[in-house]
Amino acid sequence: MSKSKSEPLFRISKRDDISFKKALMIRAIALAAALLVAGIVIIMIVHVNPFKVYGTMFLGAFGTRMRSWVTVRDIMTLLCIAVGLAPAFAMKFWNVGAEGQILIGGISTVFCMKYFDNLPTFVLFLVMIITSMLCGAIWGFLPGFFKANWNTNETLFTLMMNYIAIQFTSFMVAKWENPFGSNSVGIVNNDSMRGWLPSMFSSSPGDDYGWNVVIVMIAVVAMFVYLKYSKQGYEISVVGDSVNTARYAGIRVNKVYIRTMLISGAVCGLAGFVAVSGASHTISTSTAGGRGFTAIIVAWLAKFNTFTMIFISALLIFLDKGASQIASDYHINEHVSQIITSIILFFLLGCEFFINYNVKFKKSSKKSKEVAA
Amino acid sequence: MKKVLALVFVAVLCLSCLAGCASNKKTIGVILIGDENEGYTFAHIDGIKKALKATGYSEDEVVWYYNVPEDETTYDKCVDAAEQGCKVVITNSYAHQTFAQKAAEKYADVQFVSMTGDTAKKSNLKNFHNAFNATYESRYVSGVVAGAKIKELVEAGKLTDKNYDADGKVKVGYVGAFPYAEVVSGYTGFFLGIKSVYENVSMEVSFTNSWFDIAAESSTAEKLIADGCVIIGQHADSTGAPSACEAANKAGTVVYSVGYNVDMLSVAPNAALTSSTNDWSVYYTYLFNQLKAGKEIATDWSEGYNTGAVCITKLGTSCAEGTQQLVDNAEKALKDGSVHVFDINTFTVGGEPVNSTFCFDSDGDFVYDQVEAIKDGYYHESEYISAPSFNLDVDGITKLN
Repeated sequence: MSKSKSEPLFRISKRDDISFKKALMIRAIALAAALLVAGIVIIMIVHVNPFKVYGTMFLGAFGTRMRSWVTVRDIMTLLCIAVGLAPAFAMKFWNVGAEGQILIGGISTVFCMKYFDNLPTFVLFLVMIITSMLCGAIWGFLPGFFKANWNTNETLFTLMMNYIAIQFTSFMVAKWENPFGSNSVGIVNNDSMRGWLPSMFSSSPGDDYGWNVVIVMIAVVAMFVYLKYSKQGYEISVVGDSVNTARYAGIRVNKVYIRTMLISGAVCGLAGFVAVSGASHTISTSTAGGRGFTAIIVAWLAKFNTFTMIFISALLIFLDKGASQIASDYHINEHVSQIITSIILFFLLGCEFFINYNVKFKKSSKKSKEVAA
Repeated sequence: MKKVLALVFVAVLCLSCLAGCASNKKTIGVILIGDENEGYTFAHIDGIKKALKATGYSEDEVVWYYNVPEDETTYDKCVDAAEQGCKVVITNSYAHQTFAQKAAEKYADVQFVSMTGDTAKKSNLKNFHNAFNATYESRYVSGVVAGAKIKELVEAGKLTDKNYDADGKVKVGYVGAFPYAEVVSGYTGFFLGIKSVYENVSMEVSFTNSWFDIAAESSTAEKLIADGCVIIGQHADSTGAPSACEAANKAGTVVYSVGYNVDMLSVAPNAALTSSTNDWSVYYTYLFNQLKAGKEIATDWSEGYNTGAVCITKLGTSCAEGTQQLVDNAEKALKDGSVHVFDINTFTVGGEPVNSTFCFDSDGDFVYDQVEAIKDGYYHESEYISAPSFNLDVDGITKLN
């Protein structure tokens, strides 16, 4: 008897490998459980049919042609940031500075829109893309450089760089304020629409966001190839696994830090360009809007596979759009609808645990008695 | 495995079915800076709901967008509302308007209304409108309430040397949000209201640089109280200042509060005299009626006591005797036009009366360069454009920061 008592209720062991089918099934169960629990909460709080609410969420994201495009646009922006974060996190460099890198990319984009608007359209876009990537790269370079030379803590450093970027944005907003008293830059080049990413299927910008998709998908493919098939990508993954192994293998770790952060910052800067030129046509401290942090979740969940990131970005944006729509349609506080989406998110993220770990329950008490006997 | 997949498949099917049939007709889009937990937005929601009832629109025809920041999100929501078939889209915060205006350019057959905005006239767009209640009138009346209290305190000998400035005038404090015309117009109206009852006052204004900041409003009020102000007025949205007044009042300091937007008696039962407030349903009823009748909506709309768009909240128990009578008189006089808030005989600037001034900035350099505002002996506030324009530095008011 005493033997069976000491046996824990369940044991957790790391799974070495899991079949794609099994992983998919765990995720499907998680989704079903999420919808069930969220459904119970919905019935308790809002007293409506949960399926109707889920239908509403779907409408919120894809209800009209324009909504679908806005959803796609937001997915692309988040995706671009996650793609930027991928190389940094793949080498276990905790770049929480995407917010700042986006803002700096955004500010440089607005700067080009305002002061270089007489350049030919194609050249203007080239200049905007290059400067935004360059500025983002500088914002990524600094923490990388300090880490490489003085082993500073990159989490704190990148976080501090965010604050600098936010304050710098406030400063530029005050400088470019329009109209006076609005504490906002207003819409840049409202009449000329210079520097606005055009629509793919129509002559007026903002009718669709096809070019956003093109730009970001280029980044997705390029980053995938870079991380998976290039020598530098291999170096990143070795540094991520073990710095000492990397050193032993003759990889110059410091160089990898700096080089990777330049790339990471540059892509986040590009996300700033996409957010400003391709969507908002303005800049404010909310331009990054926390997406620099959300993208960390996207990058990690996708295990730095940029194609997997597409689905995860899509899920997060879908839930976000759904939440606002629930709030609007059922006259409930937006925070309630966020509870619903967080329940769904909780299950979907939580199931990753069961994919990575195997949980074995204690054999039934009868059996253990037999064993004891 | 197969069973689970089948279940998920069925669930998705159900979803898409419901998604297809759940939509209904939308007519009115409402874009709000906050939600019902925030006083300013609550007042708008309340006004819209009342107006819907009054005009026979169903709440199901409204798309609500809560907590929409003053950035590009506003444009997205405007587009979203228009794409759903809304005939009118309302935004309720000042800096929403740039983005609403952009949407108005794109959707010419949808009417956009930027509450408290000021660019409709300049935009020359037929479908872009501004509306702003004549809040300076209710501020004037709340000033009357404060003036009656000051008079009572002086006559009862309750004030000490600290409460008078170097010229022997009773000190009044004011917690302002930003040094914009909207705020200047408001505190000047309040000041002139006080002076209409008790002439011998001076006012100190301190800005918090935020529309809603409980801590800053509270500390600013404390500073003004420490300086000897006996009335603390406010043009900021939180209960910070009234709470500070209540605390000081309880501790034995002679100080009273005049609030804004909402009745402050719940947080300052002893210190609160009244609050100036708005009844947004008056405008929204007008708007929905015009919409229903297919009539044109005014580019700029500003109404005060004559339509009941502004008012003051219930008088607190600390108000001086006879206050109600003074309030009634003031309201009647504003209604029938026998009194104007910015009567040029009641204020001076730099010791001189003002006989002429502009009220419209035509070229965006933040300096008024067009449209004479002073006619018939008073400054015509909110007449040419609905947003307040009065920004003269009237004698007797000192800006502290």
